[in-house]
Amino acid sequence: MLKVKDLNVYYGVIHALKGIDFNVPENKIVTLIGSNGAGKSSTLKAVAGLVKPKGKISFLGHNIVGKRAYKITKQGLALVPEGRHVFVNLSITENLRMGAFGKKYSELKPLYKKAFDMFPILKERANQKAGTLSGGEQQMLALARALMSEPSLLMLDEPSLGLAPKIVAEVFDIIKSLNRGGMTILLVEQNAGLALKIADYAYVLENGAITLEGDAKSVLNNEQVRKSYLGEI
Amino acid sequence: MKKNTIFTISAIVVLFLFLLYASHNFSAYNIRILNNVAIFLILAASYNLINGVTGQFSLEPNGFAAIGAYTAAILTLTPAQKSAMFIITPMVPWLQSVHMAFLPALIVAGLVTAFVGFILGFPVFRVRGDYLAIVTLGFGLTIRVVSNNTISITNGALGLKGIGNYTTLWWSWGWAVLAMIVIMRLINSEYGRAMKAVRDDEDAAIAMGINTFRVKMTAFVTSAFFEGVAGGLLAHLITTISPTLFTFFFTFNLLIIIVIGGLGSMTGTAIATVLVIWGSELLRFVEQPMHIFSLTIPGIPGMRMVIFAILLIIIMIFARDGLMGQKEFSWDSFFKFFKKNKKLAK
Repeated sequence: MLKVKDLNVYYGVIHALKGIDFNVPENKIVTLIGSNGAGKSSTLKAVAGLVKPKGKISFLGHNIVGKRAYKITKQGLALVPEGRHVFVNLSITENLRMGAFGKKYSELKPLYKKAFDMFPILKERANQKAGTLSGGEQQMLALARALMSEPSLLMLDEPSLGLAPKIVAEVFDIIKSLNRGGMTILLVEQNAGLALKIADYAYVLENGAITLEGDAKSVLNNEQVRKSYLGEI
Repeated sequence: MKKNTIFTISAIVVLFLFLLYASHNFSAYNIRILNNVAIFLILAASYNLINGVTGQFSLEPNGFAAIGAYTAAILTLTPAQKSAMFIITPMVPWLQSVHMAFLPALIVAGLVTAFVGFILGFPVFRVRGDYLAIVTLGFGLTIRVVSNNTISITNGALGLKGIGNYTTLWWSWGWAVLAMIVIMRLINSEYGRAMKAVRDDEDAAIAMGINTFRVKMTAFVTSAFFEGVAGGLLAHLITTISPTLFTFFFTFNLLIIIVIGGLGSMTGTAIATVLVIWGSELLRFVEQPMHIFSLTIPGIPGMRMVIFAILLIIIMIFARDGLMGQKEFSWDSFFKFFKKNKKLAK
């Protein structure tokens, strides 16, 4: 579904991504793991069009390098940004509505129903401002909002960031069940253990380059990964 | 028709009945204040659209109002008036001969300003935050310098005189009501929600598939159009304009109004406009010489601005969101308020 070849990102003189290749096949969860500053978020931003990359990105057979972010989103790619980024002064319904920006009014009703069925907590607070939600609820809202555009590829940037372990487990359950429903997911996580448990395939990023890839299970059992990311000695 | 629409229409009817009464019974001084309120309402509401609703802190309304004022004034002045006025450098011939009625002149003034806003939008929206404020502030200053020096168009520092006194209560309030309706409808549309989304989190808005540049541009151009029209109305109210009228303090006044009213609230802006414009007339007495018992205080011009500055400080400390915050007046909450009070009375 998503094929990335020789992707480079520069921030001024800093070469943040040094020509990485990866694929996201349909109906799979692919995860990018790595430490701070490895280039995980830059990768997602480059794919979503939020930073201008060099290289080849093909999404559903179309080249999307150099396209503007709002056009890439319209092709069926949704990003849940790091740190949630909900619209704090808009109500939950309005937040969801922004996720479906450009959709016709008649198309919205079934989408709302789907979102509220999946996240009942949001239904209870539909008219509350998003800024009044807790961190976990905001993460749910960010997820629900991204799903409103009915994407074919969902990209999640650090969904566990700043959440209590119990909420993290809940969020990951939802991600897993979305995948079972046929959603293709590209997951970026610092919490490597959790990500590898639900993913099908994994890439390890270090200093802007991919150093290891393979089935999530084999990566999980890799000695180097266990030492560097899972804290085992 | 919805119940609330009927209420809104009847409120507008009541407003115009009041204006009808005012136009016959009020003194010229009070009518002038009412006109001022309407013009500043247009300016503040459109300024709030870009500053409060879309969250793009900009400082250009003096520039836009100047463009609108000069355009409208040049169009309504007769060729004879113009040739008499341009004594140092004669006017450019094609502007010299052009002449229009008031309404088309106002609309052209709005369109010209909107076009300038459109062109300005390209460099302006390449930057965000503080830089955007600096770029737009620069534009406001540039316009003043340009109008001072393009003598064959604006008559330079001499300004334009003898502009027809066409701005009546009907013109000013008609445009004010129109501007409020257009801006409120825009805010409550899909595009308006996108504007608020851009204000809250521009990066997330981009990730949602919103073309944020287009959203910001829509707000900016709409705001420019109405500010241009308001500039035209202002020119035909005070009948003489010169570059010194459109200094940064013009923008600063509007900024006070929208901050007091609440950034992002149009009804708050309306209340604040009345308070500030009318209030600054009421406060004229503080600039008169005063005798308190045996103490004599000489009149200090500019004392009113000191009071407004103190008011602004108080608001920033105790009510940072202004009078209305981001909320709007709505009929539902209005009636709910009265019902609650009735229950309390029982």
